[in-house]
Amino acid sequence: MNESVTAPVIELSGVSKFFDQFQALREVDMDVRLGEKVVVCGPSGSGKSTMIRCINRLESHDQGRIVVDGIELTHDMGNILAVRREVGMVFQQFNLFPHLTVLENCTLAPMRARKLSREEANRVAMEYLERVQIPDQANKYPAQLSGGQQQRVAIARSLCMKPRIMLFDEPTSALDPEMIKEVLDVMVELAKEGMTMVVVTHEMGFAKTVADKMVFMDHGEIVEVAPPQTFFNDPQSDRTKQFLSQILSH
Amino acid sequence: MSSMPSQDRKRKISWIDFIVVAVVIGFFVFIAQRISSVLIYKWDWSMVAPYIFYFDDDTGEWVANLLVQGLATTVRLALYGIVISALIGVIMGFCRTVNNLFLRMVARVYVEFIRNMPPIVFIFVFYFFISSQIMPLLGVDDFARNASPATLELIRFFAGDPLLFSNFISGLICLAMFEGAYITEIVRAGIQSIPRGQWEAATSVGLSRFHVLRYVILPQAVQRIVPPLANQFINLIKDSSIVSLISIQELTFMAVEVGVSTTRVFEVWIITAVFYFVICYGCAYTFTRMERRMGRSRR
Repeated sequence: MNESVTAPVIELSGVSKFFDQFQALREVDMDVRLGEKVVVCGPSGSGKSTMIRCINRLESHDQGRIVVDGIELTHDMGNILAVRREVGMVFQQFNLFPHLTVLENCTLAPMRARKLSREEANRVAMEYLERVQIPDQANKYPAQLSGGQQQRVAIARSLCMKPRIMLFDEPTSALDPEMIKEVLDVMVELAKEGMTMVVVTHEMGFAKTVADKMVFMDHGEIVEVAPPQTFFNDPQSDRTKQFLSQILSH
Repeated sequence: MSSMPSQDRKRKISWIDFIVVAVVIGFFVFIAQRISSVLIYKWDWSMVAPYIFYFDDDTGEWVANLLVQGLATTVRLALYGIVISALIGVIMGFCRTVNNLFLRMVARVYVEFIRNMPPIVFIFVFYFFISSQIMPLLGVDDFARNASPATLELIRFFAGDPLLFSNFISGLICLAMFEGAYITEIVRAGIQSIPRGQWEAATSVGLSRFHVLRYVILPQAVQRIVPPLANQFINLIKDSSIVSLISIQELTFMAVEVGVSTTRVFEVWIITAVFYFVICYGCAYTFTRMERRMGRSRR
């Protein structure tokens, strides 16, 4: 492996975040290398979402440093935009644009932020819609699709910006059980292609197949970082053990 | 999809409907009967009719008289008022939602200042301020006075009598500022009604704040804004009658004049009411059609 593959593309060091009095993140340190798949888990309110939302600055951090793809996130709007163009994000609630068709959802940002021509943007969009297996829905509106289809469109929409990093914030939590698989399948494919991914999820089966690194958070802190093998079979911290016993008990 | 409720709506007429209609008819018959027996009033429409149009014997043409001239001024006030107040409303409404504290304060002060004051009071205060201070400052009076015949024709076409040009502009500004405050609130509510997730999704794909607003937030906000906006535009047309108090010679002002000089008060006001109704209903109808068309393009 050469140097650029092993250098971290996301670096969080000593990151803290407050919502008024409440401290959501406590001096979080985390590195993600190019091509690495990181799965973040932990009880609700543990700061998982807040952490990945800091990576593309949907939330601003109050202390510490965040460097993404060599760019440090500060108040500089130019830097923030540059980072956001390299970092895709998929939300729990899909957040598709309801007034635009599936195709238009996918072409909006490439046309406006990357200045692609309509033809070029359409071509890229169709390519990714095929990848998530819904090219036939391209001219429908989001409300006409199922939850699973909407989430796959949301993934395609992010990919159309050709990001180097993808963030997933509980992408399957709002889905009906029978639709979870189709979304996870797309994510597994993406992982196989070598995308750098940070995924907040409770899907432990997905984590075991895909993750290079498991991160367990509780009360705004990173409690444990380990490869999935160690994480699931031989967790070090008591809090991790307790959490795993709760979610794996069924 | 959007036409579903109307298809489900019941078309059957029940006996309750007959009773309701009978009561309503009975009520009007009673009023008509009271009017004819108690109120001694001789209806005479012929005296009022010439104030709408009269036949000029010298030129052999029909000429629009005071009421129609007033109507024309009202239509002008309404048209320009809608455009200007919508402009103010969109800009100020946008300011109400930005992070910049100064812009937010400016918009907030504007809205609170105006909506907590009766329109008449506002117009009395501001009309005199604008017409005595701002208009001379802008040189509007001089402009109208020294205009070339061609320019005068333009003014006559767009704003009516050139001698009253400065008055007209002052009244128009008052009206637009007044209604703009309400439109500001409508626009603000529209923008803020778009879920936060839309902002987040749009910014996370790397769109700038302007692009997020232009392509994601505003198109969705407009769909929600149109119905209350239509309502506000109709209010604007009706509220334009207030500027009659500062001698803008619009429909209500003319109606007062004609009513006094002919003493046919009821006839004049009924005609005036019909005029207002036609303009307002025309506006409402246009907006209903617009809403329907937008609904169709959405799904």
